Amino acid sequence: MSLATSSGAVADLITVARRALRSLLREPEALVPALVVPMFFYAVNIGALQDVAESFGARFGDPDFDFKAFQLPVAIIFAVTGVSRASVVVTDIQSGYLDKLLVTPVRRASLLLGMMVADFALVFGLSLLVSIVGFLVGVRFESGPLGLLAFLLMSSAWGLAFTGFPYTIALRTGNPAAVNSSFIIFFPFAFLTSSFLPAEALTSWLRAISTWNPVTYLLAGLRSLITEGWVAEDLLKAMAAIVVIGAITFTLAFTSLNSRVSTG
Amino acid sequence: MPAIVTENLSRRFGDEVAVDGVDLKVETGEIYGFLGPNGAGKTTTVRMLCTLLTPSGGRATVGGLDVVTAADEVRLRIGVALQEASLDEKQTGREILDLQGRLYGMRGSALTARIDAVLEFVEIGDAIDRRVGTYSGGMKRRVDLASSLLHEPEVLFLDEPTTGLDPVSRAAVWEEVRRLNDDLDVTIFLTTQYLEEADALADRVGIIDAGRIVAEGTPEELKRAVGNDVIVVNIDQIDDDLISAVSTLDGVTDVSAGGAELVVSAIDGASVVNDLVVTMNGMGLRANALTLRTPTLDDVFLNATGHRIVSGAEREPQR
Repeated sequence: MSLATSSGAVADLITVARRALRSLLREPEALVPALVVPMFFYAVNIGALQDVAESFGARFGDPDFDFKAFQLPVAIIFAVTGVSRASVVVTDIQSGYLDKLLVTPVRRASLLLGMMVADFALVFGLSLLVSIVGFLVGVRFESGPLGLLAFLLMSSAWGLAFTGFPYTIALRTGNPAAVNSSFIIFFPFAFLTSSFLPAEALTSWLRAISTWNPVTYLLAGLRSLITEGWVAEDLLKAMAAIVVIGAITFTLAFTSLNSRVSTG
Repeated sequence: MPAIVTENLSRRFGDEVAVDGVDLKVETGEIYGFLGPNGAGKTTTVRMLCTLLTPSGGRATVGGLDVVTAADEVRLRIGVALQEASLDEKQTGREILDLQGRLYGMRGSALTARIDAVLEFVEIGDAIDRRVGTYSGGMKRRVDLASSLLHEPEVLFLDEPTTGLDPVSRAAVWEEVRRLNDDLDVTIFLTTQYLEEADALADRVGIIDAGRIVAEGTPEELKRAVGNDVIVVNIDQIDDDLISAVSTLDGVTDVSAGGAELVVSAIDGASVVNDLVVTMNGMGLRANALTLRTPTLDDVFLNATGHRIVSGAEREPQR
């Protein structure tokens, strides 16, 4: 008589997440680009644009405009967007390990959710590290320590919401090159918005596009926690942006998972 | 109750028929060898029995449970070691086993005890705490086998367990399969393209070619059906006249041709050799080589299909 029993969805999720976190800790080098790239852009953007942007702020009635604080959410979004364990999914597909997992009684959704738990832990850590850099260059939170926590959670939630894209590509294609190219999806989100200058300073066509870009509202919400305190409208819009993107990408990812594990 | 039953089991991939109406019955405690060349339908059949693929037609049960309508229950009762021992190379062997055990609902000291038990069985030593990426092919196979045994499955599927292994590792896997069956009474469904593997391990053998079962029985029964002795003649020219002439010789039970080989089955091979050579000489034919031996499963396969098994990497349609 077999010793096997059904372990339950939560237990499956924890088991898969433990594996994902273990492998994450064993390849810290994979995190280097996610940290170096945003730090680099943060430094370069401040070096190139701080004086111009702050004088622009003074001209338009905001003499306290702080470009370092303005740029910190951008650095964080660059750090956390597109970071996922999707490459592990591809490796599992190609090596056949996914099939080995699929012949166990594991809940299929747990295979993806477990990875996402590890992703959330990772992007939270990345957000924290970038925030520390922000502190080191003098950025302070008007919303206080709780505001910092909200800032980190919202940044991580955005990172998690975006993981649906690389997972979708991984599950649809099983191709590592396609997954590596998935960062291109982030380009319009990252640059067709108020990444470098306030919306008022954008040209009319870019400003029009940015109103349709969820990152615009995410950045506004994150910036409000730093420079203004607790602004309900900005925070609600930021959370709505995260929920909308998450709903789209998770739907795509779990549909792709169903398709991948379908036995038909 | 039989451990595995299939009735008219079929699977298509588009227009291609990979498995075509397979009927099987594997008894509890049996080692069943599923023998066939590349692309014969072995792996596709196993993937259907393991719930990884839905049949296009027919039905299959494992442990009395339908592999489609009771797939979750089937998964609790089976262990599977698929081709090429696919494992996560960034984990240690012990972590792989721990994860596998947890997915089967095992926890705490019970899981630790089972891991120790299967490790004793597969004899991998201290390497179990090293990352899988540092293992040899044989060690990966053994960890894969151990992981498929953790939950004491009632039926174990081994899909080409020795393909790609060196002779020493292959012998070790054979020994483990025998011990599993003898000591734990696990029903084993073993696919292979190696005739000697099926011959050495299986209680019964099903031979599959082009998606169809072409012969089934114990290895001895199958070989006996070919004849007591086999004479293999290597000859440049084989035609219907030669086959007809040889078929009429006294003591000859069957004649088949494959490539440049004429395979003559006989009750007493030694008494037929002389007449065979005289017949060929009379037709102006000369043998390049002539061998008298007892039949092998390869002869059974040739007899049933008209061609020999060629070993190599399995290339069946995969999703």
